[in-house]
Amino acid sequence: MPTIAMSKTAPTMRVADRLRRGINALREAPLLAVLILTGLIVVAVFADVIAPYDPTLPVQGAKFFAPPFWMEGGSLHTPLGTDFQARDVLSRLIFGARVSLLVGLMGTLVAGGLGTALGILSGYLGGWVDQVVMRFTDAWLALPALVFAIFLATMVGPSMWNIVIILGSVYWTRYARVIRGEVLSLREREFVKLAEIAGASKWRVIIRHILPNVMNTTMVLASLTVGVVIIAEASLSFLGVGVPPPKPAWGLMLSEARPTLMAGQWWLTVFPGACIVLIVLATQLFGDWLRVRLDPQLRNL
Amino acid sequence: MRQFIVLRILYSIVTLFILSMTIFTIVRLTGDPALLMAEPGARPEDLARVRQQWGLDRPWPVQYISFMQNVFTGELGKSFNYRLPVSELYFQRLPNSLQLALVATMISLLVGIPAGIISAVRVNSLWDNLGKIIALLGLSIPGFWLGLVLILVFSVWLRWLPTSGTGDWRHLIMPAIALGWYFSASLLRLTRSSMLEVMRSEYIKLARLKGLPETVVIAMHAFKNALIPVFTLAGVNLVVMVNAAVIIEVIFAWPGIGRLLYEGIFQRDFPLVQGVVVMAGFMIIGVNLLVDVLYAFIDPRIRLTR
Repeated sequence: MPTIAMSKTAPTMRVADRLRRGINALREAPLLAVLILTGLIVVAVFADVIAPYDPTLPVQGAKFFAPPFWMEGGSLHTPLGTDFQARDVLSRLIFGARVSLLVGLMGTLVAGGLGTALGILSGYLGGWVDQVVMRFTDAWLALPALVFAIFLATMVGPSMWNIVIILGSVYWTRYARVIRGEVLSLREREFVKLAEIAGASKWRVIIRHILPNVMNTTMVLASLTVGVVIIAEASLSFLGVGVPPPKPAWGLMLSEARPTLMAGQWWLTVFPGACIVLIVLATQLFGDWLRVRLDPQLRNL
Repeated sequence: MRQFIVLRILYSIVTLFILSMTIFTIVRLTGDPALLMAEPGARPEDLARVRQQWGLDRPWPVQYISFMQNVFTGELGKSFNYRLPVSELYFQRLPNSLQLALVATMISLLVGIPAGIISAVRVNSLWDNLGKIIALLGLSIPGFWLGLVLILVFSVWLRWLPTSGTGDWRHLIMPAIALGWYFSASLLRLTRSSMLEVMRSEYIKLARLKGLPETVVIAMHAFKNALIPVFTLAGVNLVVMVNAAVIIEVIFAWPGIGRLLYEGIFQRDFPLVQGVVVMAGFMIIGVNLLVDVLYAFIDPRIRLTR
């Protein structure tokens, strides 16, 4: 694992070298996953340009519940059909990618930041800090994550940013556990001991010596959390405690499709779900690759 | 050994305390239940009366203590909405959740164990790759969407199964598959890695050296030990499924505790929500404690770690 070796022995490696190394590494990444992810990111970023219609307004002159274009009664103006308010399904899916990716990434960022910080503090400082953090971790882990998230979301009220905070504050526990374990062994290592003897303050040791060495693990965990967070957001939106309407979130689209599922309007249920599967599948594939590459010890996670 | 068990129990109590405090605090930070219980536009006197009636006017620590008293005396407080003890509502619904979770566990074992074993025995074969794809899809396809698609295919198109409600096995099969789906994948992964680990061990080598046929080695020697962690996970999963099936129960109108929680949340029925969530924590902390203690009995190395 050249990346690990380099980051430990030569922290002053030139930025350009690091960048080149990163790009070379990405070349070996699973093509399918990278393609799907890049595609979705492009779609999410340029949703305003790509989407044919406004996702929140009915399409002028379109029927309610128009089926996809290849079916009888479908039209190429609304290629994937329309919903109960005659809104264009394709445009809603495109804007939904933005919500999913944003919540997935930001939620993971909050969870990863919180969990890594607490894990480092717990592992490095030890003593009562360790006890307090770990008992809170245990308590958090005692509730099924989704039940906890539903509970918090109901209490706080629906908005996209609330969901980010909620999912972040539910999914930090795994980071805290794993990172603490790593820090426990790191703090016994010579380079940490030497830094302490040389008079480095606690904060300096944490930021200069501990943090860079747990970043790989945080990255691997993050790649695995993104998918979980995206599904959790969809679940919350589906239950009506997530992203509020009329914002086009995939979970919300599934929820709106439920009353008419019995009438056989399958496109309203199948397409948003397929999008969720696609994005989570891609992050999982990417995560698997990253895990094997960055840290073989984490293979069993 | 005794010290280990005592320590575990103490940790569990602390965990439960932190959990109940957290839930209690969050519930009270986010709104006044009296406003929701009284008629709209009620006079301040009426609101005060409602608060007094439900004990909401007392200081928080007192409310917390009476809440915990309720937990331990088994009543769990009184539901605002149903005007019944929460425990009564809870235990009415629990058998339904248990039934669903048991069937889902069985499905996940029936899928996960054989697939996991085949993958481990024939590493990198076609079967192993198929197993990997199932595991990947298990994590990527949300259970609730699978449930919706099942309804679409088997209820709407084929008209074989009822969409929702309770009754005989036909009502149970789709929610159980949707619920067990994710857990099948995790059992598959665990069975595979556990089998692989056992197959590398010394005693399996010895069994092979003795000249035992490969099927005997796998079926009699490896299988038994490899399945200990798998059944442990299945047991823990069962408890998790009982408590975490909220969205599946909502989709299939299954009258379990997940739906009770959902109803409680939308009616802002604090004692109900509190009770259901605390019970979930109780059960999961309990099952984890049980697993820790059982493992300490089975494996002396665990006792010595702390």
